[in-house]
Order: sequence, then C-alpha cells, then structure tokens
Amino acid sequence: MWDLHQVAEMPGGSTQLFVGLHLIHEVTSPQAFSALQDKGLSVRCPELTVATVDHIVPTINQQNRPFADPLAEEMLSTLEQNCAKYGIALHGLGSGSQGIVHVIAPELGLTQPGMTVACGDSHTSTHGAFGSIAFGIGTSQVRDVLASQSLAMNKLKVRRIWVDGQLSCGVYAKDLILHVIRSLGVKAGVGYAYEFAGPAIDALSMEERMTLCNMAIEGGARCGYVNPDGVTFDYLQGRLHAPVADAWQQAVAWWSSLVSDENALFDDEVHFDAASIAPTVTWGITPAQGIAVDETVPTLDSLSLSERPIAEEAYRYMDLEPGSAIEGLPVDVCFIGSCTNGRLSDLKAAAAIAKGRHVAKGIKAFVVPGSEKVARAAEAEGLDDLFRAAGYEWREPGCSMCLAMNPDRLDGRQISASSSNRNFKGRQGSSSGRTLLMSPAMVAAAAIAGQVTDVRTLLVKDCLPGKSQ
Amino acid sequence: MTEIAFFPQGVIDQVSGRALMLHGDDIDTDRIIPARFLKCVSFEALGNQVFEDDRLELGGSHPFDLPVYQGASILIVNGNFGCGSSREHAPQALMRWGIRALIGESFAEIFYGNCLALGIPCATGSADQIEALQESVAAEPSLSWSLNIQSQQFQSSIGSWDLQVDSGPREMLLSGRWDATSQLLEHDAALKSAMAALPYLNNFVASVP
Repeated sequence: MWDLHQVAEMPGGSTQLFVGLHLIHEVTSPQAFSALQDKGLSVRCPELTVATVDHIVPTINQQNRPFADPLAEEMLSTLEQNCAKYGIALHGLGSGSQGIVHVIAPELGLTQPGMTVACGDSHTSTHGAFGSIAFGIGTSQVRDVLASQSLAMNKLKVRRIWVDGQLSCGVYAKDLILHVIRSLGVKAGVGYAYEFAGPAIDALSMEERMTLCNMAIEGGARCGYVNPDGVTFDYLQGRLHAPVADAWQQAVAWWSSLVSDENALFDDEVHFDAASIAPTVTWGITPAQGIAVDETVPTLDSLSLSERPIAEEAYRYMDLEPGSAIEGLPVDVCFIGSCTNGRLSDLKAAAAIAKGRHVAKGIKAFVVPGSEKVARAAEAEGLDDLFRAAGYEWREPGCSMCLAMNPDRLDGRQISASSSNRNFKGRQGSSSGRTLLMSPAMVAAAAIAGQVTDVRTLLVKDCLPGKSQ
Repeated sequence: MTEIAFFPQGVIDQVSGRALMLHGDDIDTDRIIPARFLKCVSFEALGNQVFEDDRLELGGSHPFDLPVYQGASILIVNGNFGCGSSREHAPQALMRWGIRALIGESFAEIFYGNCLALGIPCATGSADQIEALQESVAAEPSLSWSLNIQSQQFQSSIGSWDLQVDSGPREMLLSGRWDATSQLLEHDAALKSAMAALPYLNNFVASVP
C-alpha cells in the first residue's frame, strides 16, 4: 500500500508519499494557505482536499454569526475564504454534514481502505480503522500537501497489538485503548504504526475501531490500523462517497487484497486478553496514567524509576494521594463527545446509563455530538430528549471541551470526567483544571453519581451471563 | 522574549549559542503552547506565549523566565518531548522565543518533523548524557555551546558530547534542503504516474465527485 503511494525518494531517505485524502480544518490551515500564497503556489488537487470547521465552534447557537469571539470568527471566515478561493469543498455549520473532521470523513464515506489520509491534526490516526494509512501532520506539511498533494514521510515500523477474547459487559473500546496505553506507555509507539488485530478486534464495530485507532497517537504511534473486513465494507456501503454498483464490487475486491497476510512478520508484537480488561480511568496527566476503576492510584514504589518524576508531578497537579481509590472521587463536569467518543454508538452507550436516572446535584453534564449527522440520528432516536430529561445538556457538534478552544471549558481546579483523549495539564481550558479520561458510559455514570463510579454496577440487568454489549 | 532577526534558512551545519534546560519527560505540545493561543491566523505572536501556563504556575522561576537563560538558543530536554497534538504552533513558539536547536533523550514524531520543517535540528543523546548536559548548563548558564550537525558533536569549553542527528534530517539540514515544498513540486510527472495507478482514483471513483 505504501509503495503504491510512493512518488519518489527524497533527500535523506524519506519517501515522497501521495496523499489520497487531505482533510483540513480552521486551526492548522490558515498559516498553510498564507505560506502557499507567499510562495506563489496554488492547490494541486482541490478535489482531494475536504474541509470542515470543528475546533473553535461554539456548541450553543453555533449558526449565529459572527461568533461572540472575534478570533474564532476570524479563523472560520479565513477558512471559508480559502476554500472559496481554491475550490475546496467545505462542510460548514448548518450544512447537514459539518462536524469533527475525524467523524465526518468516515460517515461521508470519504475515508476508504487502501488510501493515504493526512490532516493537520494528530488524531488522524482514527482513519486507520478502515485499513488506510492515516497520520497527523504539522502546518508546514499541510502547506506541502496543498501544493503538491504529497509529503515527505518516513516509513514506519509496525507493532501488531493482538487482542484475544472478548470485552466484558460495561467495557468498551475506550477501555481497551486506555489499557493498551497504560501497559505500553506514551512513548512506546514512537516510530511505529499500531496494527490492531485478533478476535476481540474482529468483533468490534467500525465506530469502536475508530475509537481504538484514534488514541494510537496517545501511545506515541502516529498511525493506528485495522485490516479491512466485512465490518468495514458493511459500514461503507451506501455512504455518500462510497463507490456504487460495479465500482463497489471492484472496490471490495481491491480492499480485500490489502489485508495483511496471516503469517506476515511484524517489527514487534504484543498480546492482550480482552476479557481481563476492566473499565479504565486515568488518574494523572498523561494518557498512560490509567488504572482499572476498582484499583487505587499507584504508589511511587510500585512504579519504575523513569515513571516516578511524572507520577509525582501528577499527584501534585491532580491533588491525589498515592494509594487512594479512584472510585468515589467527586467530579464537577461531565463531558461526552470528541473525535474519540462522539459517534452515535458512544451516545447510545451513555444514554443507556442516563435513561431513567438523573444527573447528581451540582454536576454540569453535557453531550456534544461529533457531527450534524450524528446529532440528527441521535435526535431521531429520541436521545436528545432522554439526555435532557436526565439533566444533561444537549449541544451542537464540535470538538468542544476536548481541547476547549471554544466557550466550553473547565473553571479553576474543576475535575472533569471526560470521554475525550487527553488529560494533559490545562488541556480542558483551565490552567489548573483536571481531567479523568474514561468511556462515555463511565462519564454518564459519573454524572449520575457525582463521582467516579464503576459503570458495571449500573448495568447489572444488561450484563446477565451470555449477553454481551 | 528575545529579539530574533532571522529564522533558520539555507544550509544548517552548526547551531551555536547559550543553552537552557527544561526537566521532565512527556512534555506535551499543549504545555508548550496552550490551545487558547492557537486562535490565530498567523504564528507571529506565539513567542511570548510559549509555556504560558507552566510559567504562570512557577511565578518567574520557569527556565524560560530566568534572567540567566534569556537569549539562549539551544534547549535541552528529556524524553518524549513534544508529544500529543500535532500543532506546529509548538515549534513555532519555541523558534520565535529564540530556540534554534533541541537536544533530548527522545522526541515525539510529529513534533520532530515539524521542527525539521522549520530548520530546527533535534539531536538525541542517552539519559546519562542528557543529565550531565543539564547539570553542566545549570551550573554555568553563561557557557557558549555549539552543535555541529555533521560531526553530531555538542561542545563547549568544558567538554564535548557525541550525540545523534538522524541521517535523513542531517543530510537535509546540511544540504539546505529541509524545506520540502520545492522538492515535492519537482516530481510532478512521477506524481501523475502514481495517481494514474491508484485504483481508488481511477477504477472505482466515488459515487459523488
């Protein structure tokens, strides 16, 4: 697949790689367009670049323009002007197809197996769930892709992450990836793509595979990857940009030919057992600082020497005692959404917990669908009303409090239970705010209880033997 | 913020200047430049905002605020520096503060590539080497250092360390061909051939253009 996209060898031994799908958004593209203009260049293949707006958009009354924040307004209008100038399709607010870039490209059928996908956003690894080579790039590379539909890239090694068994009831793809990152660390993936395989992966839906690949970057791996299979093809068939009729048959034949050989050799391989994984929550300031919900915050002497300095920093920042339980920790804000967990199945999993219950007093809980399509699909099933009745706010699509570039942010030392992907210091908009990463169902449960709660205790009826999620 | 007249350009065979050190593994790009400063359509103002929240938290004792490190141009860090978000705003902020080279145990991949695209070399060394370097810099912040890209040596009047600059980036920096755009554009014929051979652009094009 790599060779098929190779244009030339670059000085220094990297590959000039053709980019089949280039996704852009308002935050990392304006300087790239300016650079293009400064160099007197144009966009090489505008039809292969697709734009949306997600990072800075408000999630309340978002179609009221200009935005209250003039900087946000300037970013969106700059994107609009650049797209109009160069003939790039823009999925704008209210278009019916706007949303988080990593949610809309798959749901429109733009992301397909065998493609190279690049975007100025590290969570581009998400698209590897379709069997594509997908990776995040910086703004200079966005400029390069605009100018040449290609970029300089080094070939990655591949670590196969084989997962046996099946996830237990109340345990989701988010828990699986948090567990993998906790086990391998945040830098083990540097120089690697993470290829997820095995019976547990085969059993995942496309949306779950996207959650998994989305967070490969949090383990240091620039790409996530899952071999395309029947689940992939079923997801794609009938989507707006998917091939139809004879072309569909040809596409499936080609996609099927891309699957890694059963006996393929990998640069590294690790094994996990899905059945042994519990709902997982981060306690610290890196995504690798995670524990099962029924475990305690690790003590210093249980950690390797190299992990201790950042653990000490995390104890201080999070104000958590080593050895204390994470279950029962009070939270202030509960956020369901993001490119990791803002898809319909994520909202359904959270709704199953919220149904017939109510958010605890003093807790701010809100649900941000990943796209306009996700929002409409959820509303068609009555999830908006269900969430509102349970005391959650139902918002409009965007990245929202995952990185808090819009008005949704933590205040002071608030703690959030968040279905997003990063618990870095200051990530959610307050320089002293604290983030606990967990699955959307776990966030919904935390909102109900007002504290970190094992979602399995709320799923007793749904978790009878023989009934998988 | 230091006043910087010129950003890197052309052949980069050596970076010289004073060094400053920043301790800690896994320093992510949200810390280097918090997301609120990404609300901009140019990179110009970022130099003043580098490490804003960490600096506020330390009330003046952050290395980027200490008077002895003002004007330094070589940053010495620990492991997995620049992890997280792909934002090029992070190396842009460091560059605009005055950083022209980084030395560390390891760097996150996207960050490393973003630095190279700006002509900023990232050299690596062992944990022991980095610790020794950080101690030397802390003990004598006024020392002048020089990172030689060809020999991969980092030296000052007190000694010399053998570091690594990966061969690909090294060649690009030494030849002055680290800014990829023009080279990519040179291969347009090969690009057309590659496009002509891709099934998804030819054999089964999408149902909607």
